[in-house]
Amino acid sequence: MYTQAMSVGPQETAAKVQSVEEAQAQQAFDARIDAGDFIEAKDWMPEHYRKTLVRQISQHAHSEIVGMLPEGNWITRAPTLKRKAILLAKVQDEGGHGLYLYSAAETLGTSRDQMLDALHTGRAKYSSIFNYPTLSWADIGVIGWLVDGAAIMNQVPLCRCSYAPYARAMIRICREESFHQRQGYESLLVMMQKGTPEQKAMVQDSVNRWWWPSLMMFGPHDADSPNSEQSMRWGIKRISNDDLRQKFVDATVQQAEVLGVTVPDPDLKWNEARGHHDFGEIDWTEFWRVVGGDGPCNRNRLAARVKAWEEGAWVREAALAHSRKLATRAKAA
Amino acid sequence: MSTTTTQAPANEWPLWEVFVRSKAGLDHKHCGSLHAADAKMALQLARDVYTRRQEGVSVWVVPSSQIVASDPVEKSMYFDPMEDKVYRHPTFYVLPESVDHM
Repeated sequence: MYTQAMSVGPQETAAKVQSVEEAQAQQAFDARIDAGDFIEAKDWMPEHYRKTLVRQISQHAHSEIVGMLPEGNWITRAPTLKRKAILLAKVQDEGGHGLYLYSAAETLGTSRDQMLDALHTGRAKYSSIFNYPTLSWADIGVIGWLVDGAAIMNQVPLCRCSYAPYARAMIRICREESFHQRQGYESLLVMMQKGTPEQKAMVQDSVNRWWWPSLMMFGPHDADSPNSEQSMRWGIKRISNDDLRQKFVDATVQQAEVLGVTVPDPDLKWNEARGHHDFGEIDWTEFWRVVGGDGPCNRNRLAARVKAWEEGAWVREAALAHSRKLATRAKAA
Repeated sequence: MSTTTTQAPANEWPLWEVFVRSKAGLDHKHCGSLHAADAKMALQLARDVYTRRQEGVSVWVVPSSQIVASDPVEKSMYFDPMEDKVYRHPTFYVLPESVDHM
């Protein structure tokens, strides 16, 4: 999902002519990847590997930070103190996850300011799921169930990514992520089992709006995903888009049955021969439109981030000026 | 609204490496980095970012520029001397079974 828009960036072509040392380093690198070994920050790596990771990790980080916005929308309107505290904790976690990922990306030779500039000027993307609005309280439950569910499916294999700082960040994130899905599902369970007819209808409406965008989180079909093969070769990507999407559908259908909601897909049915659920075709026009910048909330999300950055500038500058003044005083004393 | 331009590194909060001891008796472990204006802020932010699940009883922060590391390119040459000193390992010494529990 963090690579949904990888092909939108400038196409890096494969290596130019390599020196003898570089060719040897490349061979050693390939052998380590094939052996399932880890690459650390200061190890030699192909430039394309480094660039791919900078883009993927930074876009993953941007996704976490922008992802705080749709849910942050409901903090002041959570129905109970318990739900408010839970939502605050979840949104705080997302901020923290963004920070783990920026930290991992910075080991590759980029800076925080550079990454944020890329986001704010539209050169870097974030997962397109966050370009949809949260219209009801039920959306908070559904986001936890479906969106975090999809994210977990994608993130668990990343814990074995060949680039170790990214893999370590993912292990931290996965440990914290499991409550995100459970709290959302539990909230929906309460509404579906003990709620009024209006509340149950609100949950169903929310599922109707978030189901297909959640499936889109896994990116284009494998055949339409040109970068996947190289990412798999390098141990950055472990499972294909379509395989992950299929896993998600199979796991989620049963969860939907327990909730008592209908999945808005008339083509969804168990296929005994395949041992998996068949499901309908995604609206790829919508997918590319939203990834390309024309979804319901794209401009709104980016404006919110740019505003936060620009209006926070005086805080960053003041903190730095203050610490420098203290340092000068300490030296003089 | 004008787009932000990349700020010169001099205006970025410096980078700090964070080490957390998760409980008494264990070592501090490196867990990542963060940006902070000074040491006091770095400690506070390290608590906020890296110990949300009670993972810490002690936090160290070090400016990243202060870390001195071995050169990874020289890795094999630097650590090779350890490789052929098998007599440092207990298994090098064959003893009668009756006393082999040493």
